[in-house]
Amino acid sequence: MKLLTHNLLSSHVRGVGTRGFPLRLQATEVRINPVEFNPDFVARMIPKVEWAALVQAADTLNLAEVPKEPTEGYEHDETFLRKMHHVLLEVDVLEGTLQCPESGRLFPISRGIPNMLLNDEETET
Amino acid sequence: MLYTIHNTYDDIENKVVADLGCGCGVLSIGASMLGAGLCVGFDIDEDALEIFNRSVEEFELTNVDMIQCDVCSLSNRMSKLFDTVIMNPPFGTKNNKGTDMAFLKTALEMARTAVYSLHKSSTREHIQKKAAEWKVKIEIIAELRYDLPALYNFHKKKTVSFPIVACVHSVFKSFAIVLSTLAWVNRKPA
Repeated sequence: MKLLTHNLLSSHVRGVGTRGFPLRLQATEVRINPVEFNPDFVARMIPKVEWAALVQAADTLNLAEVPKEPTEGYEHDETFLRKMHHVLLEVDVLEGTLQCPESGRLFPISRGIPNMLLNDEETET
Repeated sequence: MLYTIHNTYDDIENKVVADLGCGCGVLSIGASMLGAGLCVGFDIDEDALEIFNRSVEEFELTNVDMIQCDVCSLSNRMSKLFDTVIMNPPFGTKNNKGTDMAFLKTALEMARTAVYSLHKSSTREHIQKKAAEWKVKIEIIAELRYDLPALYNFHKKKTVSFPIVACVHSVFKSFAIVLSTLAWVNRKPA
């Protein structure tokens, strides 16, 4: 699971409403995958990223130097874009858990795939 | 279908794509190979996702992720988080009636630009009616004939051929309809 994907996920346990984001990440196995750098794509993603959630996740994984916010003129800052490319797309969480911040419900990540399935009592109607 | 989405509509390359009901990932793998920035597959079936995962490793794809979940319960959790949604949803024929429409509703919520979806031709009118109700523009971009051999015990005939329709829906939200129309027109390549 990439951190860009983690940034999209929220918990939909019954009663949690909008407080199911961001999911607290715990990783026991992480892999770094080289991914071809695409500055246009990364630049387009920057304004769409929930920054606080990304910083929190990156901190948990002890990833060095994630900026606290996008630098001004980031679209042309290759150093910044490369750093964000690495954090968003090259870090792959293989084993770990995602935790709903409101309900505490744990969702396992196994072989890189988060399992967000809820049982009947937990599902919103 | 994916070539059309990519070449005619430019909705794959460098885009964030969701594949609802991805199964073994056929559509996602295709989107990935056509240059999606990131393609995320969603499916409830662990076994299908395992096959999908293995294929991703085999093809050494670096722009794919997948999530195990019930698409029908995603509802408005991922509102407008994806540029494009592609899918071949469960047709809702045996025990899951209405699933295709539930998938469609979720997909329209998740997509910023367009949804590309496969449906049985026999449901075309129903879908068009729903699209009007949801204030969504729908365009039929292809009709395919598919010969399906008997796969399950409850299939009585040896093979059945049925037409499938691929539709594209763009999202026009109520009062922003004028702006969306302009965006749609401007989006077309010169």
